[in-house]
Amino acid sequence: MTNVPPTGLGPSELSDLAVGCAVLAGGGGGDPRVGLLMALHAVSETGPVPLVQLEDLDPEGLVLPSGMIGAPTVMVEKIPNGAESKVIRSALEARLGKPVVAMMCLEMGGINGVLPIAWAANAGLPIVDGDLMGRAFPEVQMCTPHLHGISAWPCAIADERLQVITYETRDNVWLERLARNTVSTLGGCACSSLYPMTAAEAAVPTIRGTVTTAISVGSAIRTAPEDPFDSLGEIIPLARLLTGKVTAVERRTEGGFVRGSAVIEGTGVDGGRSLTIEFQNENLVALENGEAIATVPDIITLLDSHTAQGIVTEHIRYGQRVVVAVFPAPEQWTSEAGLAVVGPRVFGYDVDYQPVHGTS
Amino acid sequence: MKTEDTFRIGIDVGGTNTDAVVIDSNDNVIAKTKTPTTPDIQSGISAALDSVLNGLAESVDRITHVMLGTTHATNAILERRDLNKIISVRVAGPASHAIPPLFDWPDELRDEVLAGEVIVDGGSELNGQELARFDPEHLSRFLEQIDEEIDAVAITGVFSPVVPDHELAAKEVVNEVLGDLPVSLSHGIGALGLLERENACALNAALLSVAARIVDGLTGALETKGLPAHAYIAQNDGTLMGLDYALKYPVLTIGSGPSNSMRGAAFLTGVSDALVVDVGGTSTDIGVMNRGYPRESSSPVDIGGVRTNFRMPDLVSIALGGGTVVRDCADGFQIGPESVGFRLLDEALVFGGSTATLTDYAVAAGRANLGDSSNLKKTSKNLEEVFVRSDRLLAEAIDTVKVSRSAVPLIAVGGGSMLVPDDLPGVSEVQRPEHYEVANAIGAAIASVSGQVDRVYELSGSSREEALQQASSAARDEAIAAGADPDSTEVVELEEVPMAYLTEPVIRVRAKCAGSLAVN
Repeated sequence: MTNVPPTGLGPSELSDLAVGCAVLAGGGGGDPRVGLLMALHAVSETGPVPLVQLEDLDPEGLVLPSGMIGAPTVMVEKIPNGAESKVIRSALEARLGKPVVAMMCLEMGGINGVLPIAWAANAGLPIVDGDLMGRAFPEVQMCTPHLHGISAWPCAIADERLQVITYETRDNVWLERLARNTVSTLGGCACSSLYPMTAAEAAVPTIRGTVTTAISVGSAIRTAPEDPFDSLGEIIPLARLLTGKVTAVERRTEGGFVRGSAVIEGTGVDGGRSLTIEFQNENLVALENGEAIATVPDIITLLDSHTAQGIVTEHIRYGQRVVVAVFPAPEQWTSEAGLAVVGPRVFGYDVDYQPVHGTS
Repeated sequence: MKTEDTFRIGIDVGGTNTDAVVIDSNDNVIAKTKTPTTPDIQSGISAALDSVLNGLAESVDRITHVMLGTTHATNAILERRDLNKIISVRVAGPASHAIPPLFDWPDELRDEVLAGEVIVDGGSELNGQELARFDPEHLSRFLEQIDEEIDAVAITGVFSPVVPDHELAAKEVVNEVLGDLPVSLSHGIGALGLLERENACALNAALLSVAARIVDGLTGALETKGLPAHAYIAQNDGTLMGLDYALKYPVLTIGSGPSNSMRGAAFLTGVSDALVVDVGGTSTDIGVMNRGYPRESSSPVDIGGVRTNFRMPDLVSIALGGGTVVRDCADGFQIGPESVGFRLLDEALVFGGSTATLTDYAVAAGRANLGDSSNLKKTSKNLEEVFVRSDRLLAEAIDTVKVSRSAVPLIAVGGGSMLVPDDLPGVSEVQRPEHYEVANAIGAAIASVSGQVDRVYELSGSSREEALQQASSAARDEAIAAGADPDSTEVVELEEVPMAYLTEPVIRVRAKCAGSLAVN
């Protein structure tokens, strides 16, 4: 597996990135399409966005991990202005007294794996080959810097009117609370930069190479000569829990989350088996006969059984033919400290983390 | 026999054939025909009418309604023919500048259709609050500098399905500056999803002249035949719209064919919940019917390379039909995907041709009784294997669209439906109704009228039940406005989707009501 980083992200890399982000999202993060179209439009005007490693940057320059917060389903209707990243950049440069030298994706899954590329292009910045989740998660503290005592604030949220709100909170609970209320007041979605760090500070927490991995995943699926799952397995360790058909899906809204479950009944060699996937925006556990056989923070994604494209939880429906795929969690999350932040118990499941065994 | 009986005619203009049926007031099929589809709208409809009325003893005065389903709009887009030059106006600033209007259209289609596009301030938030004040001056200035000749204008406002006010205000500005020009407003066309709704709205504006031609062709044909009937056009959800509505919303006619055949299948069998398999000459469409209506697709639909989000039946199509070619190859034989299509009557073995088709195998296997079976020596050797494989292709496709594990009835319609075996896994019984070959024209003839809404509700102030009630009632009003009899309307679809990552509970509700045609 040789994932050579591209030097820049143009239309073809962006299309692959969007496919990869839907695979690595674990069912959450929203459909990447609006992010992809924004990025495609942005690079059609600016040219490809340079992809950089943290070591390529001025160690004292600021890196802005960014993403949309709120409801991706709102952003599908109320599309951003495009200049949000410029005003966020100015606000945080003024506050921190240092120049911003690059943007970074907050998460590498769903819409947020692609949107920051558009913002980087619009702000005239390169994008870092890495992110702070290595997948998609729903909450502010579920970012790797939190494990290293780096705070999410000062941070900034901007809306399409190019209003910027900066936060100087004292803890993540208040940040989460204030940010959610702000987003609600602004109409359901907004752009944000959290955990601003110098390139030197970012070196420790950043999960490296994830933009390259996502592009390689997308490219492998899109250009697979035969079975796309074989091509996918050559890029990233892949465990296929079950191949089957969605026979039941149930969703409800609770405290800002879409919670629910889907039942996948095995077909072919998996005939007679059945898995239940429980999700809260992201897929969190896979149960067989009531036992958890895969759990968060491993990445559990339903993939279309023909194309290997990722299916977000909003789009799961009866009758879909799927492969229940599991990709290993980024290492930082499987430590004791990591599991205390993103392990299954955090999401209310009384089970221990079950690392994926036997990758194919 | 009643002397005062009245009749309806259903016509379905397909890619190859135009089917027509006459139905009496007790819903009996009293005449049916298939004629070749012609490029010219009026002559094709006239030919179908001539053919189906030929030999009908009753006076044409007794024909009260004519329902037309047609692929003309689809073909106009696919072939980039007869399309209007339009301007696309988006009322959404300061939001949405990050993606320009019609950004993802194929260049060729955009060049053909688009004379200009603009984003002006305005629109709504999801809770109905104003996103920004509408900017009429900006729109006027933009319209005044357009020097190309414009046929129509498409206007799309952010969250216009929640609050359409700024789309209506923009229409006034367009009419002030450009005069009395046709304008398509997105809130009447598509659901939430700004870009997909904007695409559908722009396609709609581009199709307005095609719509006028369809309506003129239909009314012209009816006048020539001296038919005083009320005319309706079928839309993609299997319901009808009046001609005035069709003139405004031609994009909704796209996809009416499969819906009509499913509605026809429901009608012919009296079964309202079933799988419907429509086998044509080249392909097979499989869909699910819930309460007599096709289940709609939840994923976006591409039309001529343009992504839209309006209502379309959720179908699985496979390349298997009566004309599908079966050829020998190194490891046995291969089924399709090529088909002899409309040349079946010349090329199939049973009709004296030289190409082995699935129709020939069906005759050899005793599934059909057609043509001359003495020409079939060539087909006998792989007979069982061919049907094992073709039945498996059907079974897999059928299983993909099923919603539950329990066995459900299946209705086989279309000219090639003899290919559907009697035994299929997960299917309780296979029904083969009489008149199966013109199910689509029957579907048009018996169609009802519907109304649909797609709204967002914040649940902080009201209960979930109130939201569902409000949506249902709005859908009912739409159905009545479209011509449904108020006493017969019922909710045929009610779907709620919670929205993720929001603090306050918010649901999106799609409701659809349908009812029979109001008499006059």
